[in-house]
Amino acid sequence: MPDGASPVLDVRGLKTVFKTRGGEIHAVNSVSFHLRPGELLGVVGESGSGKSVTMMSLIGLLPSPPAEVRGGEVLLGGRDLLKLAPRDLQAVRGAKVGFVFQDPMTSLNPVFTVGNQIMEPLMKHMGMTKAQATNRAAELLDLVGIPDARKRLKSYPHQFSGGMRQRVMIAIALACDPDVLIADEPTTALDVTIQAQIIELVKDLRQKLGMAIVWITHDLGVIAGIADRVMVMYGGQVVEQAPVKELFANPRHPYTRALLKTVPALTGARAARLEVIQGQPPILQGEPVACPFRARCAHALPRCEAENPARRAIDGLPVGHGHDVACHWSPEAAHA
Amino acid sequence: MLTFTLRRLLTAIPTLLLISLVIFLLVDLAPGSPLSDVPLTVPPEVRQKMLEAMGADQPVLVRYLLWLKQFFWIEPLYGIDALFGTDFAQGAQRIISWQSKMPVMDTIGERLPQTLTVVGTAYLIGVLIALPIGIYSAYRQYSWFDQAGTFFAMAGFSVPTFFTGNILILIFAVNLGWFPTIYDTNLEVVDWASFKQMLAQMALPVMVLALFNAAEISRYTRSSVLENLGQDYVRTARAKGMGEGKVVLKHVLRNSLIPVVTVIALGLPTVFGGAIVTEQIFKINGIGAMLIGAINVSDLPTVQTVTFIFAVLIVMFNLIADILYGILDPRIRYD
Repeated sequence: MPDGASPVLDVRGLKTVFKTRGGEIHAVNSVSFHLRPGELLGVVGESGSGKSVTMMSLIGLLPSPPAEVRGGEVLLGGRDLLKLAPRDLQAVRGAKVGFVFQDPMTSLNPVFTVGNQIMEPLMKHMGMTKAQATNRAAELLDLVGIPDARKRLKSYPHQFSGGMRQRVMIAIALACDPDVLIADEPTTALDVTIQAQIIELVKDLRQKLGMAIVWITHDLGVIAGIADRVMVMYGGQVVEQAPVKELFANPRHPYTRALLKTVPALTGARAARLEVIQGQPPILQGEPVACPFRARCAHALPRCEAENPARRAIDGLPVGHGHDVACHWSPEAAHA
Repeated sequence: MLTFTLRRLLTAIPTLLLISLVIFLLVDLAPGSPLSDVPLTVPPEVRQKMLEAMGADQPVLVRYLLWLKQFFWIEPLYGIDALFGTDFAQGAQRIISWQSKMPVMDTIGERLPQTLTVVGTAYLIGVLIALPIGIYSAYRQYSWFDQAGTFFAMAGFSVPTFFTGNILILIFAVNLGWFPTIYDTNLEVVDWASFKQMLAQMALPVMVLALFNAAEISRYTRSSVLENLGQDYVRTARAKGMGEGKVVLKHVLRNSLIPVVTVIALGLPTVFGGAIVTEQIFKINGIGAMLIGAINVSDLPTVQTVTFIFAVLIVMFNLIADILYGILDPRIRYD
């Protein structure tokens, strides 16, 4: 992907806070990233690292209250989505940005036919008549690999298997030919063979349709197979970001390194115990003043207590374009 | 769905037969005699003759079987005769009230319209008020509207109708003088003036019953909508760019209505029972007042017949609730 292409989605300094009785939870802290046309950005991190909340903040999908987007810019096609009126934001959701969620068993409305649910955005955003929308919906089902598409439009979600429902979700997300597809752990709830099918489907659709994709997952294996670039999140912050090959070959952040170690090897002697990262993810109360990973970090320095590290480039390219990391420690310094 | 309905109708027959037997035995066990309002000066042999004339001297089982025959065979024949001017019944013995010596079915036919006008209107208004309140309360959970709705629902549901009825009479009939206190059964709507009079006399009992029903149904609607608002498919609908109106009134409502419809359908027959009290307060000559009157003088045939009709209504609305359930929720298919 040429680096010069202007991004379809540019997120700068996004901050999201949840107001709770016990105080404010800073779930997303100054997250910046961009997405170039046709690019697939993998977002990894453990549960509670802010991956999903970041993506839902972009298009106002978080319930408010308790969530509140405090700052930053989300530029899509030259407009800042955070400044749009609710009605204008509705016109963006489903039209310019498609969303696929984690659990296909509950993400479709059980009492409406699959066809009805695919046709809704078509009629709303593309101004199609019912007949046009029916034709397009059948095309979409065909596109995501559901046989006998026209007949299946009349089926209800419970008549579909999990994998087929996720295909339907993808059809809905792609219905209006969006610029950006956000896939929030789309394969987590599926068994492994179906996972592979869905991943193949998305790869294939990306070739055909050319939309940019954000793929949220905690499965590093999936990321290695499909992503162009990877963003690692921890404690509501981006801790490392790099092209996929670079990240796997040369991880810089202690968290990324630890995360890669947790992937069990398929060859060689079987390890007695699987690797884990000791400790619990942090509770994100208050403005972050220290590195969120310090308590679990193998290389923590005194400085990590006092200062939340900013992202710094390590290959000379501007932050966000090449390989960057938010850490005070560096492997070279340790070895020197 | 059709086979399901037929099967349910068939299984309803033994259920209803059993219910009718239990009701009959219970009513028969109740103390009191059909002659309790006959003066004590009437000699015992005359009393015996009177009992024999009413058939009250027969054993319970004989009376029960006779009632069964009359209710399921002879009364329908009279019904057909009345509709088509035929003569199938050929003057067979009908179910006769011990109190009025009139056929019970005729009295029910006279009383039912009063009950249906008041109770039916009240229930309809109750549902129409409850649904929007329940939906909006859930959508704006913990807002002042929700708090106010919760307060009125608690009050409406926990304060009995005989209390609210009297309070309303005190305020609107006695102090303000807007509405009459007594429901005039003989009033016939022929012109605008009598129509207004009808509305005025219906206002208070309808208000009492509607408040009670709305309180219950709005609570059910609220909790059902709340439960569905948090579901993943709601987030999907929003992610598709659907407006809030469509999200709530299409996606959430259809799912939320499934349990609410059951409550509405199953609540309907109990409304007839609840109306008994309200009919007493407002002197409505409805079916509830008829039942109370019959119980007071041990008029067994009337009590038995009216109670059994309530039982039939309950079984019937159970079935209707099940069928509506299947229509609203495609995951439920009975065959």
